[in-house]
Formats: sequence, structure tokens, C-alpha cells
Amino acid sequence: MTTRFFGAPVKRNEDRKLLTGQALFIDDVELPNMLHAAFLRSNVAHARIRHIDVSAALKRPGVVAVYTAGDLGAYWQPGPLLVPPPPIPGIVFHVRTQVPLARDKVRYAGEPLAVIVAESRYIAEDALDDIVVDLETLPAVVDLEAAVAGRAAIVHDDLGSNLASHVRQAKGDYRRAAANADLVLKRRFRYEHGISSPIETRGIVAQWNARGQQMTIWDTTQAPVFVRNGLAAILGLSERQVRVIAPFIGGGFGPKIMIFYPEEVTLPWISMRLNRSVKWIEDRLEHFVATTHERGQIHDAEIALAGDGRILGVKDVFLHDNGAYNPYGLTVPINSQCTMLGPYVIPAYDSTFTSVFTTLPIVTPYRGAGRQHGVFVIERLLDLAAHELGIDPVEIRRRNLIPPDAFPFDNEIIYQDFAPLKYDSGNYEPVLDKALAAVGYEKFVNEEQPKLRAEGRCVGIAVACYVEGTGVGPYEGAKVQVQSNGRVSLVTGIGTQGQGHFTSFAQIVADQLGVDVTEVDVVTGDTDQFYWGAGTFASRGAVVAGNAISEASQVVRKKALKLAGEVFECSEDDLVIADGKVSITGIPGKFIRLSELAQRANPMRGAVRPGTEPGLESTQYFGPPSGTTANGVHAMVVEVDPETFELQILKYVVVHDCGTVINPMILAGQIHGGVAQGIGNAFYEKLAFDDQGQLLNASLADYLLPTALEIPRMELGHTATPSPLNPLGIKGAGEAGAIPVGALFAQAIENALDLARKRIELLEIPLSPSRLYELLSKDGT
Amino acid sequence: MQPDRHDIELSVNGLQYRRTVEARMLLSDFLRHELMLAGTHVGCEHGVCGACTILLDGAPVRSCLMFAVQANGHELSTVEGLTGASDELNPLQQAMHEHHGLQCGYCTPGILMTMTAFLKENPDPSELELREALSGNLCRCTGYQNIVDAMLKAAEMMRAPAP
Amino acid sequence: MKPAPFKYIAASSLVEALSLKAEYGEEAHFLAGGQSLIPAMNFRLARPAVLIDINGLTELASIDCSNAQAIRLGALTRYRAMERDPGFPRACALFADALPHIAHPQIRNRGTIGGNLCHADPASELPAVAVAMQARMRVKSLSGERELAADDFFVAPLRTDLKAEEMLVEIVLPTAGARSGASFMEVARRRGDFALAGVAAIVSLDEERRCSGIRLAFCGVGETPVDASHSASSLVGQRCTDRTIAAAAADVRRAIAPSGNIHASAGYQRHVAEILTRRAIAMACNRIAHAA
Repeated sequence: MTTRFFGAPVKRNEDRKLLTGQALFIDDVELPNMLHAAFLRSNVAHARIRHIDVSAALKRPGVVAVYTAGDLGAYWQPGPLLVPPPPIPGIVFHVRTQVPLARDKVRYAGEPLAVIVAESRYIAEDALDDIVVDLETLPAVVDLEAAVAGRAAIVHDDLGSNLASHVRQAKGDYRRAAANADLVLKRRFRYEHGISSPIETRGIVAQWNARGQQMTIWDTTQAPVFVRNGLAAILGLSERQVRVIAPFIGGGFGPKIMIFYPEEVTLPWISMRLNRSVKWIEDRLEHFVATTHERGQIHDAEIALAGDGRILGVKDVFLHDNGAYNPYGLTVPINSQCTMLGPYVIPAYDSTFTSVFTTLPIVTPYRGAGRQHGVFVIERLLDLAAHELGIDPVEIRRRNLIPPDAFPFDNEIIYQDFAPLKYDSGNYEPVLDKALAAVGYEKFVNEEQPKLRAEGRCVGIAVACYVEGTGVGPYEGAKVQVQSNGRVSLVTGIGTQGQGHFTSFAQIVADQLGVDVTEVDVVTGDTDQFYWGAGTFASRGAVVAGNAISEASQVVRKKALKLAGEVFECSEDDLVIADGKVSITGIPGKFIRLSELAQRANPMRGAVRPGTEPGLESTQYFGPPSGTTANGVHAMVVEVDPETFELQILKYVVVHDCGTVINPMILAGQIHGGVAQGIGNAFYEKLAFDDQGQLLNASLADYLLPTALEIPRMELGHTATPSPLNPLGIKGAGEAGAIPVGALFAQAIENALDLARKRIELLEIPLSPSRLYELLSKDGT
Repeated sequence: MQPDRHDIELSVNGLQYRRTVEARMLLSDFLRHELMLAGTHVGCEHGVCGACTILLDGAPVRSCLMFAVQANGHELSTVEGLTGASDELNPLQQAMHEHHGLQCGYCTPGILMTMTAFLKENPDPSELELREALSGNLCRCTGYQNIVDAMLKAAEMMRAPAP
Repeated sequence: MKPAPFKYIAASSLVEALSLKAEYGEEAHFLAGGQSLIPAMNFRLARPAVLIDINGLTELASIDCSNAQAIRLGALTRYRAMERDPGFPRACALFADALPHIAHPQIRNRGTIGGNLCHADPASELPAVAVAMQARMRVKSLSGERELAADDFFVAPLRTDLKAEEMLVEIVLPTAGARSGASFMEVARRRGDFALAGVAAIVSLDEERRCSGIRLAFCGVGETPVDASHSASSLVGQRCTDRTIAAAAADVRRAIAPSGNIHASAGYQRHVAEILTRRAIAMACNRIAHAA
């Protein structure tokens, strides 16, 4: 079997539709007599609901219905816990999940109170003003420390406190490590990750067909299968009565895999109740509070080192802002906890976190999913230690890297897939060396920087390392079928939001079946076509679905060869499959097309041998024993204006190891995009909540997404240590670009402004010119 | 208040349309839901993201910051008009395809319209000039690098003398 | 985010527009470029009952640089037209500097100077330019016409001195003398964003190349454009050197009182205002040197 496509920068099958404006996105779904919904959202963060009067709204012409929690009856229930807590000894975990419409209490500004259904979105929004809401405002809970120390109101009254979870994981003996250390450094860090803010917001169209007793739902979800299963259950339908279609989605990044959002649960109910199709498109103002965030943590961390910079142990105690509800369990803080270990040998580790309920929007994973926070802490601790010990920051990292012969490396700490975090494979030093060479580290530090500094220019360099757990289970599946026209169909449950699945998956099939990649039709995200699988998240699509696709393709290939062998009355070993044909090796004139084989495999008449499966089709599943581990190094050169503190990125390098690569062009695009979001997170995007839990910058004019002028050209490099955990050796790369950027910015700016000499430390993200000014002026500079 | 409705006549991608619209209907909604030209996308409805960019008499504008009534008597161009009668991808579209200048594709139509107008007036832009022209269109997927490469290549292709 | 309902009237003449405004008063807004008004309407922060579309009043869109004493801009002139006018950018350095900072080309293709000035956003560039240039605003109503100084035009954040029945029709920009130079500079988080602080500076020199006058106006650091010309008066009578410019900039820093916002602390705004003052005055002087 030749690999013509696997590993090649094949151009994307899905481009034409997207480039010509023909791709179906959620708001393009138009159904006859479709109604439109608008949600009335709380404008206070914390309140008891005394009364909601919808009578005036019902009188407005064009309004068909108005519902509050009471109208939902028995349908009203809190959503399921999506991710149970990992089996960690001593864990404290209180689950409180979101509800379809607030009842009794409102817990964040933006929480839905009522839903209006009208002939148009315009009229529905008019009617929002008609609803009279009587709320008894309660104190907002915004400050994490006050929230957990009992100095704030209680978000969930029955809990008696705002403690959502308390988790401690430890290995080795940190106390002994600290006692034996030559240096113990302790600092407080604040890391805030912002919001995903895809250019397309969320949306749902629900269509109940009463005659056929079928519910069809279009949904901008990264997990159509689980949405189907869950909605079927609460709607009292069988799974086969519900079809969820994830159309083209304009960016996911994580918050679109949060499921059973209030709107997702309410729209189908409305459709059944009114026996009409109904659409809800989240507008940008709503998106700022209605779609989940990732937000922030406060870490009190310490590191114990030997005099030569070797890490003896790390201890960390952190608070995690959970938001008002925690349907996603502990994924984000567990990722922070685990990813802090990085690519380093850390013999003793003692990490404790408290996840805190606040009266703010829900927190669930967003590209990086808590890894940014952990990476920031360890990378900053190493930078500070390097300065204290007089060691070059790159050198201190090098001395602590896990050596290449130590894999699989067991970190012993339990990860988001409920198993101890084992790094399956890796070779970290070459990645570091490649990054250093690409950024010209030695030359910069020894020649260019001193020269530019002498000219009064503030230029700085930074290098940051990280490890990223990817490719987690449980499993994905794929069905591959050669159709009677010779085109190959691939259907899988895993959705797509721009990662090129229509192409990368097709590449795998194309190589196995000897067809052109353009002859593979990929269907994803339609539960009528495939209804098994968990969804697109945690950089797992290529790994898990990719392997399932490979397995299914191989089975179909075998079937084709077997059938051809019967036709030609020869051994399968004498056959070759290429260009859509199976032929006898060496006799290209003796061939049979795949299309013909497919037809032969599905006879209209006659008898078949027992045990025969019709057609050239196979469905296979793949579930990795545990997640894989990708890793990378980012390096950056910046210039900071010493007066205004405006920043320009002069050079940006990423060297990345994600094992075997299906499509290097798509991989590069993923890294570019991740870095761009990382840059936004580090220096531009900041959610400005006031102490009343109001988001002050709920607009793209004030929540600053980086533009083409803020994102530099990036230089990418790769190494590959294939994963031993799956046949294709793939690791996963979707989040890599976003993870170490905060740490990189802090290091680079400190270096550019020579802050170490001034004893000023950057221990927070995001930064900004104004923030730098404030931090520097505190010291009277 | 009874909806205030107006008759309008306009041309979109060379075709004439006559419709009656409510005064407050945004041009973006009119194109998408009245004319069924859903290629123009809506990202923010406050003029920042650029996803809704179309050409009004050849100049790029935010269709979310105009009412349909204001388009009366004007010539509009949207992404659907780029391929022309041949249905072949035009040089900008082809370049985006070859350089992987799109991932989810949601911001892409707005970028194509912005760049169509920009490259027409600036056939030989520097990378910085191109990034400045692109800075009014937000993309969350690509990090812009491949879009810049695609547009520079498209400009180069369009400058080359016809064979 | 859909706007609330309104009645739409496309005015076919200035008289019709003014009559309608007189009739509806505060209930009606003029619709020009719409690049500030329509976002506000989509957020439902603005809910005019009536929109009077004046885009058809093309006589209000004009750029007249023929008079050496003053440039006259019709209020309906779009940013795009100003940028592309063969004479205007050269005749007016402050506008040439400021225009690229206003949003993005797609916005500038529709937005008008009149709309910008009447919107009176404290962080907006052109009000500061107007104040620096001591522009005069020509305002009309059915009952007559009046002219007011830019200083008097901007009253409060998002509020001008326009009465309910009035329309801004023309902006008169007095030109500075022969030995004058001007510069506009700002600091913003991203290109096109509202300024965290921005300054318009006009410097005039006498025959001995000593400063004979300085005009300085800020955007982004007060509720309206801040005229800080007086605070820089230490420059008058002096040569413009690094030292004298720095001293004037330090005086200016002490004179302004920004309140800070989510993107910039008050301290940062004051700090940047001083830096921009220094840089803009230096650039303005530089431009005189090259013009001479």
C-alpha cells in the first residue's frame, strides 16, 4: 500500500463550498413557517426571582408564545453532569448544573429567565421589553478568595458554601524536597484565559414532526451524538426518533462541546409544544455571557531546586473560578494540575485546588482547557529560579527535561481521562534545540540584543516548553463504504468546526483504498448517519477518529481484495489496489473497478454464503488505552516601546511534536490559529467584570480579538516521536499553539525591559501596555 | 406601531431585485433571509468583525450597519457573485484554497469581498499594506498568515500578463 | 441584536430634512453614514422613533480647499472622500494623520465627518482635531442658521450643543499660517480602535523660528475633547528643542485629568498623553522645517 496522501499537504475537499458561500451554517437553515426565539436574560448576577409577568409580551402582535420555568413542568430539570470527577482519593465534589430557564434564583448575569417565540427575531426582541421581572437582588460573588473564605453570599444555598470541589494530588515528598533544597521560591500567580469568541456564535433549529414523531435538531455542537442521546432522554423519545445535525460550524474551540445549554434544551421542547419549527441564533451580545468561558485561577506556588537548577519538587495551591454551575466537572482545573508538570522531571509534587462557585458565566474548556494556567506557573517559576541561581533560562529547562529513554513516563497524577498521566513517548531536547536554532537564540542573546539595547531599543527573547495530553478516549467510530459509483463514503460521529476533517480523514481512506482524496465523501455530525462517538475536543479527532477510520478502511480494503481474488481466481497477495481499481500485479490490463466490486458485493438476486456482509463496507471503532502526549517549544522575540509599552512581535517560532502527521498543511493552520488565540489571551483579551458580576466589555469593540496587524508571521518546525498507543502513531495538535503563549509573553517582556534587574516580576496574564505601566510605576520607575 | 414598509429595487451580483421591506430590516438579514444569499455571514451586528462585508457600488461596507432600505438603487456584490458564469473559483478563491487560507470558513466571504476591492485598487501591495487592509476582518481560526500568503499570491497572479 | 422599530423617511431636500426634524424633534435622528448610529440601534441603546435619511442630500458632501484661509467640508462628506481627495490630505495634515486611525476602510466608506462630530464620542479623533484647528460648525434649522466654535459644540460625552431641530451642515477649518506644522498621534490597543489618548498639535513659528503659537487638543482623556493649548504655553517665545518641548509636555500632563477606562488606567493615559504631546510637537516642528 502506497501512502500517496497520508502525510501530504493535500488541499481541502471542503473549500469550494466555503469559498463560494454555499456551505450550510446554522443560520442558513430555513424551514417553512419557522418561528424565532429570543431569551430574556437576567441583567443582575445574583437574585431571587419573585415574579415574572409575561402577560404584556403575549399581547404583542407576532408573538406566538412566552415561556418561563413553570411552563416547562416536569421537563424542567438541571442538566446532567457531563464529566464525573476522576477517581482521586479524598476528593470533594459538589455538582450543581445549569437549568433550562432560571427558577427561584438567578446565578449569573445572562442566565435565561424566559423565552419568547415570535414570527421574527425582530419581534421577539421587541417583546423582551414587555416582560416584567421582579428580582430581589443579592450580593454578587465575584472575588474567588472572598467566595471561598465565607465572606461572600452563597451561590447554591443548599451547599452552605461556595466550595464546588477540593482536590489534592501528590507524589513524592515535597516537604523533604524543600528541606533539602538550595533554593525555594514562592510566588502568587494570576492567570486568566478569556473566551473562545468564534466568529460564528451558537444556534439551534428544532423541528418536531408530529405525524412522523420525529425530532430534527440542527445545532452548532461539537458533540452531536451525545446531544441526541441526552435530548431524546429528556424529551421522552427514543434515540432513533431524534436526529441531530451539526452543520458547518464557524469555529468551536471548546465551548461548543459544552452540551445541554439552556437554549439547546428549551428549543426542542418549544417545537414539540407548538408543533412548529423554531430557530434561535445567539447574537454577539448574548455570546459574551451565554456561551461558556474559561477564565481564571489564582495560584500560590512554590518550587524547590538544587543549586544547579534541578527541580526537587513543586507545591501549588490554587483557586479555580468555576462560574455559577459546574456541568463539566473538573476537566479544566485537573488539566492545570497535571500540565504544570510539563516536560520536566519533578520528583515531588503536591498540588491542591479548590474550585469555587461564583455568580459568573459557566466555565468549561476552551482551547488549552486549563493547561495554559499550569504551564504559566511552572514556566514562570523556572524563569525566576534561573535568575536567582544565575542560570540561563533555557539551560535551566534543558537540565530538567525528561530524558528520551524514560518513556513511557509515569507522572502518577490522575488526568482528565481518569487514568494516571503517563507520557507515552517523546524526545524533548531536539525540539528545544530546533526552536533555539530557528529563533537564533545564541546570536540574539550574545550579539543582536546588546547591539539594539545600546541603541536604546528594548528587545527581548523568550522560550517556553510544554507538554500537552491529547488523543483521549473514550472512542470514536467510522463507517467506510465503497459506493456503486466508485466513490467512497466515510461517515463518522465526530464533528468538525474547521479542522479539515473532510480532507484529513479522506486522506486516510484514499490511501487504503487506492482512490483519489477527492473521491472520498466525508459525512460528519449527522446522527442519522452515525450515532456513536464522543465528539471533537481535547485534540483527539485525528488520533481517535483517525485510527477508527484507518481500521475501517483496512477492513474494506481486505473485502475488496478478497472479492477481486474470487473474481480473478487468484490469491489476494497477487493483487494491487490503485486508481479506483483492483488489478493483478504486473498485468494492469486485468482489473476490476471498485464500483463494480461494490455492485457485485450487493447482488439483487441469488444466494450468498452464510456470514456474508453485503457491500464493501465496514464500521470500526477505536478507543485508546490512554491519552497520548504531544509537546512543543515556542520562542519569541519582541520589542517593547519603553515609553508607551506597546509591543511588537519581531519573531515567533513553534517547534512541535505531534507524532505522525496526516496533513502538514492543516496542522500548520491549527498551530497558527492556536498561537493567535494565545497572543490574544496574553496581551489583548480581558474580560472586565465589575464587582457586581456585570461584564463591562460585552462587545467586540472592547473585547479585543487580535487582527492581522497583531499576529506575526510564524515559523514552524516539527519533530516526530510516534505514539505507541495507536496504530497510526498520531498524537494530536489542535490546542498546541495556544498553550504556552502567556508564559512566553511574560518572559519576553521581562527580558525586553530588563525587569529582573529592576526586581519587577510579571506574575499575571493578561498583560497590556497600561498594566505594564502600572506595574512599573509602582516601583517609581 | 405598524411596521414601516418600503418598496426597494436594487441589483445584487448583476441581478435586479424588487422587494418590500420593513424599514428596520438590516441589509445583512435582507440578503440572507429575503434574497436567500446566505453566503454573507453575520458575526457581531455592530460593525467590528467584518464577516458581513459586501461591496456597495464597488466599495466594501458592513452590511450589518445598513438598512435594506438604504440599498435602494444601489449595486451590491456578494460572495456568490465571485465565481461568475463559469462557476470556476476566481483567482482570490483559488489562492485561498491553495494556501489553506480558510479553516471554518465563516469569516471567509467577508475577507474575499474586502480583498476583492483592495486588490483592485492596490494590485501590488506590500505585506504590511495587505495586513492593514485585512485588519478590519476578524478571523479566529487561521492566525491570518495563510490568508496573507494567499492574497499576495492572488495579487501576483492577477498582475501577470494574460497568457 | 435587532433594532427597535422606527419610521424611515428618505429626505429628498435639505428643507424637507429640516422640516421633518422640526416636526419630530428629539424623536428623530438624522441617518448619515450610520456607522455609529446603527450599532447603537442594534444594541438598542438608541431607539429613535424616526430616522431621517439624509444620504441623498449630496449637496452637503463637499470638500473645498480653494480658499487659503479656511477649508470647508460639507457635513455629509465621507471619510473615504476625504482620504481620496487630491488636495485635501495635503492641505490638512491633522486629518491626513487622523483618518487612518478611524476604524477600518469598510467603516470609512460610509461614515461622514458630520456624523462623527455629532456623535461626539470622547475617544473619537476628529472632534479633537476640530478643537485644535478651532473649527467653526455651521448649523442650520428651518428657522435659520448659526455658527459655533468647536469648543462650544462638544458639550458632554455623546452630546453636542445641537438643538432638537438643528442639523450640522458644514465644518469650516481655518488654516494655520505659512510657518506652521501639525501632527496627530494616538495610542490605541489595535489600529482603528478608539484612542486611549490622542493629541492634535499645531505649532506656528515666527521669523526667528521661535514658537509663536501652539494649539493642542486631546481625545480620549476627558468627557469632551480637551483643549490643552494654554498648558503648553511655556513653548511660546522659545525655540522648539527637546528640552522646551519636554517641559511643555510635562505641564500638559499636569493639566489634564483623565478618568481611566477598562483599557487604560488614568495614570497610563496621563503618561501617554505626555509622550504623545512631545512626539506630536516634535513632528509638527519637523514638518515646518521641511516645508520651509
